[in-house]
Amino acid sequence: MDLSAIDPILLLASLIVASTPILLAALGELVAERAGVLNLGVEGMMITGAICGFAIAVNTGSPFIGFVAAALGGAVLSLLFGLLTQVALANQVASGLALTLFGLGLSALLGQGYQGIKPPPTRSLDIPVLSDLPVVGRILFSHDLMVYLALALVAAVWAMLKYTRAGLILRAVGENHDAAHALGLKVVLVRLLAILFGGACAGLGGAYLSLVRVPQWTEGMTAGYGWIALALVVFASWKAGRVLLGAWLFGGISVLQLNLQPTGIPIPVEYLSMSPYLITILVLVIMSGDKSRAPGSLGRTFHASQ
Amino acid sequence: MLKLERRPQPSRTWSALAPVLAVLITMIAGGAMFAALGQDPVEAIRTIFWEPLFGEFAFYYRPQLLVKAAPLILIAIGLALGFRANIWNIGAEGQYIIGALTGAGVGLAFYPTESALIFPLMVLAGALGGWAWAMIPAFLKVRFGTNEILVSLMLVYVAEQLLAKMSLGLLRNPEGRGFPGSRNLRDYPSAHNAEIFADTGIHWGVVAATIAVIFAYILLTRHLLGFHIRLAGQAPRAARFAGVAPARLVLICLGISGALAGLAGMFEVAGPAGQINIEFNVGYGFTAIIVAFLGRLHPIGILLAGLLMALTYIGGEAAESNLGLPAAAIQMFQGMLLFFLLAVDVLTHFRLRWKSAEVA
Repeated sequence: MDLSAIDPILLLASLIVASTPILLAALGELVAERAGVLNLGVEGMMITGAICGFAIAVNTGSPFIGFVAAALGGAVLSLLFGLLTQVALANQVASGLALTLFGLGLSALLGQGYQGIKPPPTRSLDIPVLSDLPVVGRILFSHDLMVYLALALVAAVWAMLKYTRAGLILRAVGENHDAAHALGLKVVLVRLLAILFGGACAGLGGAYLSLVRVPQWTEGMTAGYGWIALALVVFASWKAGRVLLGAWLFGGISVLQLNLQPTGIPIPVEYLSMSPYLITILVLVIMSGDKSRAPGSLGRTFHASQ
Repeated sequence: MLKLERRPQPSRTWSALAPVLAVLITMIAGGAMFAALGQDPVEAIRTIFWEPLFGEFAFYYRPQLLVKAAPLILIAIGLALGFRANIWNIGAEGQYIIGALTGAGVGLAFYPTESALIFPLMVLAGALGGWAWAMIPAFLKVRFGTNEILVSLMLVYVAEQLLAKMSLGLLRNPEGRGFPGSRNLRDYPSAHNAEIFADTGIHWGVVAATIAVIFAYILLTRHLLGFHIRLAGQAPRAARFAGVAPARLVLICLGISGALAGLAGMFEVAGPAGQINIEFNVGYGFTAIIVAFLGRLHPIGILLAGLLMALTYIGGEAAESNLGLPAAAIQMFQGMLLFFLLAVDVLTHFRLRWKSAEVA
């Protein structure tokens, strides 16, 4: 066993990269859930985003256009879920599962012929002075634009929910849709927008996986990241700031176990690979005592019939 | 304006009609998708739905239908019990893997002893393994109130890693010259889940699936527990007043579905698959979710839906080899089916009405 092979600075830097996909997906799901919508299709939207982003980036040569396409792809897929649950009033759990199964199939179909290709590299920002700082520079200031965009998005969602009227409307719709409807708020419209935002974020997260983190396309490459993102929202008690904390925790675990694998640590690789999932379960158990934070109308179908 | 108006009672006609309509719409949308892939849509649909049943090679495909339908039906029957009571076990894939591991493990432990007792023991071990794996989310749900959807799903990935570890480690064939994978149970008569009637595809898993359908039908229509399951799903508050213990229901529903999924895995590994290896699981646990919904969570419906879904698997393989249709197209086709079903289902609970615009 040789633990000295692990460079702590590199570890922290890759932690931030590893946490970005889950952070984006969880943040989108957080907004949807605060509007009262439980979308279990995150995994499906993520993998669709992963292949849309990958294919477009390969074909255009521009990772930026790839990311835009991924967000669009995720949003379009989430619109299917939105129509199903908000217009056709279908069960949200069943519809979310349908979205995941559909997304996995769709991505496998779209991804034909993209296996084993390298995507165009996403350049990391070179911020003068800051990037050259010792230690901190490599951990915090030498990533690509998406990392900072994700962080900015956390702040934006937090501020939107806490300080703006739009955030208040979103929360009202999520807490009690009947009361919100009686106040004249457009429940269905607000929820559709929240679902679309969630889809776009999940798509971005998926594309970050296929374009930066891995970076290549393999079938089923999200490997449960979408589900971990769902767990993260529970872990975060539906708060934006805590999603960031949770994403770093999971990013840290997955990076750590990857770094431990070649050190000859006396734990089989398979057991190390299990650890992110087991820790997700553990965290869910610890957090499940506190149900009070969940939005009041979460997962319930709204129909203005009364 | 077109408005949805809630029906006082869910429409029985639409409830029965919705799956049929969904299948038809999926065929049309699927045909469009196949056309987009550069295939003749009519030919593709015919290859998938007609060829395996009545085509030239039907004698080969028909037994396959039962082989593929059996695990789907076994798993879906268990899932449907839980879904009816709003208990969402979506980790059947994991319970299926663990059932195969424990079932095959018991069989391989006795190798090369021959005894008529080995196969029944393996069946028991498979059911117990699946049950135990499902008890993890059940216990956490009952004791701590943890969300069973996420826990059962996470355990699928854990089970997959365990499968990899077992096929490279404990269960690896010692005479396999270092290749991953266990001994082939088909070469071990006492442990082989052989066809009961030659060339029919009927193995013990098919028998078990048939029994499960009958058992679930009686449970849901004639037994108090079945009534409690339905009550808990439709009116949780009323169920509480009627003395239904939600915790007990969680343990029972997850337990039954886990045991059935474990059985499915065990029958699969001892028969059609033959051995434990990394590619053992092919997603039956997830497709069974579609089967359960398409069958309206009703045992007879699930029987039909399972056969239909098995047909898409086999037809998909036929289309893959005959027409070069990508395998992923069938996966997407199956996903589409659930989508359209959920969309059409709105008509079961609501009625479309023209209404003049008013202030809501």
